[in-house]
Amino acid sequence: MSRPPTPGQTVGPFYGYALPFPDGHLLVPPSHPQAIRLHGHVYDGQGQPVPDALLEIWQADADGRVAHEPGSLRRDGWTFTGWGRAATDDTGHYAFTTVAPGPGESGRAAFIAVTVFARGLLNRLFTRIYLPDDAAALGADPFLAGVPEERRGTLVATRDRAGLHFDVVLQGEGETVFLSHPGH
Amino acid sequence: MADSDSAASSQAEVSAEIAALAAEYAGTGVDETQPRLDYPPYRSSLLRHPTKSPHLADPEGIELWAPCFGQRDVGALESDLTLQHSGEPIGERIVVTGRVVDGEGRAVRNQLVEIWQANAGGRYRHQRDQHPAPIDPHFTGAGRALTDADGVYTFTTIKPGPYPWKNHRNAWRPAHIHFSLFGTEFTQRMVTQMYFPGDPLFDLDPIYQSILDPQARERLVATYDHEVTRPEWSTGYRWDIVLTGSHRTPLDEDDA
Repeated sequence: MSRPPTPGQTVGPFYGYALPFPDGHLLVPPSHPQAIRLHGHVYDGQGQPVPDALLEIWQADADGRVAHEPGSLRRDGWTFTGWGRAATDDTGHYAFTTVAPGPGESGRAAFIAVTVFARGLLNRLFTRIYLPDDAAALGADPFLAGVPEERRGTLVATRDRAGLHFDVVLQGEGETVFLSHPGH
Repeated sequence: MADSDSAASSQAEVSAEIAALAAEYAGTGVDETQPRLDYPPYRSSLLRHPTKSPHLADPEGIELWAPCFGQRDVGALESDLTLQHSGEPIGERIVVTGRVVDGEGRAVRNQLVEIWQANAGGRYRHQRDQHPAPIDPHFTGAGRALTDADGVYTFTTIKPGPYPWKNHRNAWRPAHIHFSLFGTEFTQRMVTQMYFPGDPLFDLDPIYQSILDPQARERLVATYDHEVTRPEWSTGYRWDIVLTGSHRTPLDEDDA
């Protein structure tokens, strides 16, 4: 029998001394041979950067394997745990150092799962960051095919010099596609 | 008109907005178990809520799993917020305990629970908190724990005080403890706030009232439980948490 869920609430403004932790944004060290930078800004409905947002990412490793290793909160520099947390800075910018996730289930394009928290956001938001490189995989992905074409791009990172760029737009023009899940 | 930057509204104006939305909700007959993201009485939500409906997605791949935490991540003393400094913090010492389960009532075992809160005077240990209440040098107000084999977490802490904020003129938040929770799947991730029974600020608070269903928001209120008090040491509260659904069956590797 299903039980009614406990409601969420905003993360508020004062998580800064509690949730961020040392190396939270480093899923791999910058010296890792496959390290990429995954970064971007969080924007509000007037295009202003959001300086008090918190992003978490959860992803497979470069071979597409899901990590079942503890140690995210006290990283040893060697164990890939697949999970990271980064707060935006005063300019609304966040940055992770990670690897591009390898291919997932067959017929599915690879993505990084994301949770977004912010002051002013009454509950967390989920989205996905798809990798931009494999146009065939993106084109064949059944989930992306179900997203209206004009909004699909909000789910796909762009390449830049150091890796991947992905902005989160909470509201308005270019609003990111956020996800809900059946039964949730 | 609501303005995200100004504290120009009075409590009476905000309370009237809250009441109007509550009356409108009561007439719909729809159950809303989660807060509304678009809830104008909470001014900061005005420019930060998505305007488009979320896209329904079947969880796939990585989303069917949750990050893994263990004793490497969380020290045994991190669940006692009264032990983090050389001296005793000021305030009412409390135990807060409860069970984390999924939508089918299954225990969420060995999973991370993080909390953070104001001190007994309503002041956060955060540089942006300008409330002129005293900082307690013996209280940081952040803790972590892992749930046990039954999904039970336990913290020892100090009862937080209510505090003023700038949503509107003379706005006060009911006392609360922030909770950060993980489930067995990524899609169960959530952050919420636990409140204390009988708080006179409930009716005035747009964050609490953003959950329009009265029964749903009462799920955020802990219960005083004499069974979890410790003699000559602390009072105690119980607060159980139900995460949103669960898709993966227990046949998977968890029980292997």
